[in-house]
Amino acid sequence: MNEKNILLIESAFKEYYFNRFDLIHVPQKATEREFGYQKFNSGMTRHLVVKNDKDLHLLLMKEVPSDVYCSNAYYSFPSLPMSEKDWKGADLIFDIDAKDLALSCRKDHTVFKCISCNNPTIEFSQQCSKCGSTKFETVSVGCKNCISESKKEVTKLVDILTTDLNVKKEQIEVYFSGNEGFHVRVTNNDYESLGSQERADLVDYLMFNGAIPESFGIKRQNNFKASLPTFEEKGWRGRVAHKLFSSKSKVPKATREIIASGYSAFQVQLEEIKKTMGVKVDPKVTMDIHRIFRLEGSINSKSGLSKIQCEDLNSFDPFLEACLLGNDDVNVMVNCPLQIRLKNKKFGPYNNEIVSLPKYAAVYMLCKGLGNAV
Amino acid sequence: MLKIGVKDLAKYPFLTEAGEYLRNTGLSLEQLGHPDWQPIVEKAYGRIVVASSGQIYGSDLEALDNDSELLSFLVAIILLKSAGIATLIRRFSLAESRRAERYLQQDLWISRDKKNLELPLKIIQDLFAVNVSIDNEDFVIKVPDYLQRAVHFHEKEWKLVNRRVANGLVYLSAHETVRLIRTELGEYINGKIQSVNVDSIPQSFRHRVDDLVTLAKKFSDTVYVSSEYPPCVKHGIEVLEKGENLPHSGRFLLATYLLSKGQTVDQIAPLFKNAPDYNERTTKYQLEHISGSSGSGTKYQCPSCEKLRSESLCFATPDCDGIINPVQFGKRRKNP
Ligand SMILES: [Zn+2]
Ligand SMILES: [Zn+2]
Repeated sequence: MNEKNILLIESAFKEYYFNRFDLIHVPQKATEREFGYQKFNSGMTRHLVVKNDKDLHLLLMKEVPSDVYCSNAYYSFPSLPMSEKDWKGADLIFDIDAKDLALSCRKDHTVFKCISCNNPTIEFSQQCSKCGSTKFETVSVGCKNCISESKKEVTKLVDILTTDLNVKKEQIEVYFSGNEGFHVRVTNNDYESLGSQERADLVDYLMFNGAIPESFGIKRQNNFKASLPTFEEKGWRGRVAHKLFSSKSKVPKATREIIASGYSAFQVQLEEIKKTMGVKVDPKVTMDIHRIFRLEGSINSKSGLSKIQCEDLNSFDPFLEACLLGNDDVNVMVNCPLQIRLKNKKFGPYNNEIVSLPKYAAVYMLCKGLGNAV
Repeated sequence: MLKIGVKDLAKYPFLTEAGEYLRNTGLSLEQLGHPDWQPIVEKAYGRIVVASSGQIYGSDLEALDNDSELLSFLVAIILLKSAGIATLIRRFSLAESRRAERYLQQDLWISRDKKNLELPLKIIQDLFAVNVSIDNEDFVIKVPDYLQRAVHFHEKEWKLVNRRVANGLVYLSAHETVRLIRTELGEYINGKIQSVNVDSIPQSFRHRVDDLVTLAKKFSDTVYVSSEYPPCVKHGIEVLEKGENLPHSGRFLLATYLLSKGQTVDQIAPLFKNAPDYNERTTKYQLEHISGSSGSGTKYQCPSCEKLRSESLCFATPDCDGIINPVQFGKRRKNP
């Protein structure tokens, strides 16, 4: 990123960190966690200890990072190299990202940006119309549908966590990720000591990965209706029953069909159930017990929006509530073929023009790589 | 306070209470050296021989003297420690854990009334810190306790998604509950044996200790494990060594791989001895079938890396770079 852009973004970030420190806190057990941050155009600084809110404030004001992270793990010695930290446990974390949901709306808000000349287009073409280059990067801008579909995944996740896994509502924190999805953090003593492999199997449970017909009463031969799941059952068997039978009156007919169709057909049905009912989380994030994860309250440099906790998920509007940078107008050169909505205002499309935008919108364009400071 | 009788100790002689029981009888190691006690030494020796052959020592708890069941276990440990051969100790721990496993399962399953159920649940709780409780016909344990153990199993049925789960609990049968703690039981018994110190032994034990040393020589070269094996094959061998169940696809990999390296059916068969469902005749029959020396005469090839990946049997390391079948492992490494 060029220097001018960095100056503009950093001044906006600094203003936010200075004014809104009420929103930025270290998580519980802060002294046992590893912190890290990044600055624009430079690498990650890791293995830091940030003892309290005051230290965090100092760090933010002094460094003005592009992104700030904190481990979900607790260590005896968080500032030592990984092998000497002495891992003690970790919160369960989940990352739900709209880009992983295979939504049909994605193509409507994805911009193809030429790597050589930055020319953005909405339609994909093999070659850049301006310079002939064949290399593009994709930039996705905010989309209501992506957010509401991601919320559905969060709801599914919270539902299974609370009913099947006995996690209490008050142990679950839901955050907007600051870009296109949600982060969920579970602080429950029973699960914090689980290692990576255990977490991988837990994720498979949530995603409904690896389910075999036998577990739902269908063997390769000699099947009886008695072993199929019923509505009254808990966990996946109960959910699968609802999906297979939809209503009580349909049970006898559906049961005959399932038994007649046999093993492979049932396997296909389970695959379908996985697609609709499995929670779509990023398994790599949950499995990683040494990760540093975006710190709540900090700004996501992919968008200039903040990672903030959602008190009421249903009504939560990230493009209003997580858009927390200043309102002062600044002039920027913007090349954005799509219209975007922030704080209930519409911006663009702009065709490589200098426009005066409120700081939050200007920074959004710069962070997305669709504009430049002038 | 839970009362543990001598019959329980005969079933679970590795419990701390067994040592206390012995102390209370006032019987010393010196006394056990007396010719009157020679039958116990013989019984102990027999127990080790059975274990070393991969069989499970069976006790008739109704007909036999429970004291001698318990004593023979303790004497066996003394013999093993004096012989000091790790392979024998490992095989013995494994076989004894299988034996205890049978009783645990029986005790869980048959004695459904609360009174009798206390002991097996206490053993599981005390030894492995797993709290098992009962819900109607099922045994239930917490999801994290389940995951920490079940992730070491390779069969899909052990994945949490294939279990009945509700309110943070996993529902298991008696058999599954015991299966879940198998490895820990073996390790516990092994640890117990390791922690025993034997200074001097009665002269009457000497002879059998020497026999154990001779016996161990027979085993030292049966299973040839080479560091040149690819990680998937090493992993399979480790699983079997630990007495864990290796799925059929894994056994097929081991058999085809080792056959391709020129090992014979007789050389390979002992590898499967620790498998929970080992049967010598069936194993030989299957190996001969795979090797093409029986049945259709087709010699089966080692499965490809891709196939193994799809079966979760691939544990690739950087040394695997550039190979598409485990039999190629090591051949390309010496390139400049
Ligand atoms: Zn171009
Ligand atoms: Zn969308």
